[in-house]
Amino acid sequence: MSVDVAWAQAWIRSSAKVLSEHRAELNTLDREIGDGDHGENMDRGFQAVLPKLEALADVETPGELLKALAATLISTVGGAAGPLYGTAYLKAAAAVSGAAELDGPAVVALLTAGRDGIVLRGKAESGDKTMVDAWTPAVEAAVEAEAAGASPSLILAAAADAAEAGAVATEPWVARKGRASYLGERAIGHRDPGAQSTALILRCGADAAAQS
Amino acid sequence: MKKLVNDPKNVVDEAVAGFGAAHADIVRVSLDPVFIVRADAPVAGKVGIVSGGGSGHEPLHGGFVGFGMLDAAVPGAVFTSPTPDPILAATKAVDGGAGVLHIVKNYTGDVLNFETAADLAEADEIEVRTVIVNDDVAVKDSLYTAGRRGVAGTVLVEKIAGAAAERGDDLTAVATVAEKVIGQVRSMGVALTPCVVPHAGEPSFTLADDEIEIGIGIHGEPGRERIKLEPADAIVDRILGPILDDIPYASGDKVLLFVNGMGGTPQVELYIVFRRAAEVLAERGIEVTRTLVGNFTTSLEMQGMSITVLKLDDELTALWDAPVHTAALRWGK
Repeated sequence: MSVDVAWAQAWIRSSAKVLSEHRAELNTLDREIGDGDHGENMDRGFQAVLPKLEALADVETPGELLKALAATLISTVGGAAGPLYGTAYLKAAAAVSGAAELDGPAVVALLTAGRDGIVLRGKAESGDKTMVDAWTPAVEAAVEAEAAGASPSLILAAAADAAEAGAVATEPWVARKGRASYLGERAIGHRDPGAQSTALILRCGADAAAQS
Repeated sequence: MKKLVNDPKNVVDEAVAGFGAAHADIVRVSLDPVFIVRADAPVAGKVGIVSGGGSGHEPLHGGFVGFGMLDAAVPGAVFTSPTPDPILAATKAVDGGAGVLHIVKNYTGDVLNFETAADLAEADEIEVRTVIVNDDVAVKDSLYTAGRRGVAGTVLVEKIAGAAAERGDDLTAVATVAEKVIGQVRSMGVALTPCVVPHAGEPSFTLADDEIEIGIGIHGEPGRERIKLEPADAIVDRILGPILDDIPYASGDKVLLFVNGMGGTPQVELYIVFRRAAEVLAERGIEVTRTLVGNFTTSLEMQGMSITVLKLDDELTALWDAPVHTAALRWGK
């Protein structure tokens, strides 16, 4: 399907549903190396977005919808995830503002801007065991897929696959940012909850594009 | 796990409503967005002081709102930073025209949300300065961590900065004295049992019956090491050592010694800890001239305690002694 405002609606709705279904799992991952509330916070934020989608039914571009999502997440999620995801969606929205339908380069620009926003706010680098370790492989896979001539929906699928692999890859690492960094070697063997929520969200984006 | 709650989703709202009702002479509360301000806010011409962070550490921060201490506290969900909106609303509510100081504990979420709120306040032409409290010596401050955590020493920063603002210092002077306290205060804690976040319903971590966690954070984040339970004096020696080694002390130095309960440890045990800590300080020729003992920076129902040592001089001592009238600390007024 085309990657347009209907896609953005579907992406946000399915993110809300999937994050709600995975709330306990994300809390558990966060309890192991953080403070146990990541699933709770993400669920609260995306549930708060749902009623606003009705009011945004007339919006014509994905960028405008993602901007509204960003504002809601910043004001409802709290913790580190609120500003980080909020900034990601805000920058992603700005990167594709005005476009009614996203082609391959626009999808790559959206993902790249999202990742850059998180790096800007959180100052984490690859290998720090954070959500960046799901975002950066996703961006790299998207760039590669686009260069190979993949459709927007296949670019999103490649990004989702890479984000999932990236989240799994954080398991053997020591964390260097966020609360998990206080654990030292005890963080080894645990998947980063932020990387996992990123993988879930990017999978929703790919599925929304594949289905519609 | 048994808790005195209704719907876990309403824990913070209901607690803040109760706090406002119980201390209506000292504070006013807002429930949407959630924040607590002193009853006479904004105080014209006085620097406003705002702190906040996740709930579950009570009386931090709401219990310290009032004359001579905080102008506002912004409680987030349990163990979760507040979002920028309530921080901004509280900042506006206490701006008396002399600017506002944000006192922030060094956690990634708190720092990011306060930073965003400060940007928004500046856009509304309120001058904001921010100080970051990072008194916990249990974790290394290095490129490879998010830096030291802010723990019980925050209470001392809030009291002393609050006194400076109350006596009429300008924003730069209040921020400077807050930074001075941050430079001279060090803490470390220990947990005997975990805590249970209401909406999670399960312990945040597990400790065997005979295990304790040395260097625990105030959200149950692990610290330095997990060891077998020892007598109180041995535990005090273990955590006081790193506190005193972190900044240079000379014989004759004066300090404030603060023994803080994590929520589930009885006072009788806190005084056993205080006794040993005072002994160790005396052996090193350090004079304890001010003291604080009790549950001031808690971690829900966690059993455990932290020790905080603040190196004093005449200015800090005078500001500590200055009158304060809040729900959790009051003297001299």
